Amino acid sequence: MTLLPPRPVLAIVLRYFYLLRGTPARWMPIFAWVAIDMVLWGYITKYLNTLVHSGGSFVPTLLGAVLFFDFFTRVIFGVTGVFLEDVWSRSFLNLFASPLTVSQYLIGLVVSGLVTSVMGLAVMIALATALFGLPFFSYGLMIAPFLLILFVFGVALGIAASAIVLRLGPSAEWFIWPVPAVVSPVAGVFYPISNLPVWLQWIGELLPPSYVFEGLRTIVAGGAVPWTALALSGGLALVYLVLACWLFQRVFRHAVRTGILARYSAETVG
Amino acid sequence: MDRDRRAATQNILTIRNLRKTYGEKAAVAGISFEVRRGEIVGLLGSNGAGKTTTISMILGVLEPDAGSIQLEGAEMIPRNAPAVRRTNFAAVYAPLTGNLTVLQNLRVFGLLYGVEKLTERIEEVVREMGLERFRRVKCGVLSSGEQTRVALAKAMLNRPHLLLLDEPTASLDPVAAHEIRDQIRKFASADHGGVLWTSHNMLEVQEVCDRVLFLSQGKILLEGDPKALPRAHGKQTLEELFIAVSREAPEVEPE
Repeated sequence: MTLLPPRPVLAIVLRYFYLLRGTPARWMPIFAWVAIDMVLWGYITKYLNTLVHSGGSFVPTLLGAVLFFDFFTRVIFGVTGVFLEDVWSRSFLNLFASPLTVSQYLIGLVVSGLVTSVMGLAVMIALATALFGLPFFSYGLMIAPFLLILFVFGVALGIAASAIVLRLGPSAEWFIWPVPAVVSPVAGVFYPISNLPVWLQWIGELLPPSYVFEGLRTIVAGGAVPWTALALSGGLALVYLVLACWLFQRVFRHAVRTGILARYSAETVG
Repeated sequence: MDRDRRAATQNILTIRNLRKTYGEKAAVAGISFEVRRGEIVGLLGSNGAGKTTTISMILGVLEPDAGSIQLEGAEMIPRNAPAVRRTNFAAVYAPLTGNLTVLQNLRVFGLLYGVEKLTERIEEVVREMGLERFRRVKCGVLSSGEQTRVALAKAMLNRPHLLLLDEPTASLDPVAAHEIRDQIRKFASADHGGVLWTSHNMLEVQEVCDRVLFLSQGKILLEGDPKALPRAHGKQTLEELFIAVSREAPEVEPE
């Protein structure tokens, strides 16, 4: 028995690795943007610390929230980025005329997205701890479930966004880029969702990241890890993941039935 | 499928009553045909006749409304991954990833098709297609003829039992086209594979194909030996016959 994934999955991951290796521009979104975010928000938190004389620090709450949210964003764009490579290079015909299955393709997207988002996370942690003293490692392994939930929900959103682009056509990639910005206000990244109007709180409660960021604020304030809320959040994230995979499968079947997949170059809805 | 069962059937590909409609229009209207072991079959027809639709359905990237597709006796609908592993294709409208080199593209597709001893096999197809100079060149910067040869190398990579070629020599110069035709003939005779080939070059079809199918408005109107068919229908050349069939000349009735 081998622990390696099936060869078609390896093919999808290897292809993305080749693309990354061959084009330095592809490294920009993985390293550069997250590094810029860390530096920008690091100095904002330092400035805010000078305004507040309570002895508290904005570094763990604000910079920590930015770090976790950027990781979540990188997961979404990690998955969709690999998918968009196929849109841009019109690879669907060659890929799906091979023995590659939809499940293997999705696993390939997720593994590729995992690799790039973990690389981005490493850069952010290095900068935030070295330059701004973010005590990331002092929380130890209790951070892991928070990251895992964000990863699972990010994958779900990435797959769902890819399904939308597959259904609507190449120009629908513009639906992907604002996804994190849409999630951010209702997920309580920088503030408790109790600050929101009631109807937005309802939406927030349906989003796994809202429990993650609330839990992070709790442990930064010295509280215990809210395991029940995290379990609920993890369960929600898994439900969204299953729904996203179902949506992609359904859109894929539609694309095979209608011929969109065989000639994926023009918008078919409009 | 075991060796004995494979030997028992001479048909690599068996198509029965295959149909695909878009709204009111039948792109493929219930066609039936076979491709036998070691045979090169030309699928001819004017633009929009249903050739690419037929090939897309065989490849599994387009779902037929009705009919059956069998590869060496194994049903391909619904999608049958082990059977798909024994097919491959090249088409002018399916370029390989432009930002990957020739070797990288071949490695990726070798993994997708589960090719054994992949590194050795890649070297073989690179040599056979005369791509040695372009090993580390990105496919996107190759000439269209060179890209065609890379697509054919990818198509040969898994030693497919069924090779689907949609206008494979369309962008090749005469010398390169001649070499490619030789390679494909060698594939059909030595490897006992079946080839379904579309082309608008009637001289090429006459030279390469053992049998041709004339497709018009989704129906097979004629079938036979490309060297004998024109005379049998009162035409001098295959091209004349092609034009007559494409215009659905009254003297050419479906067989």
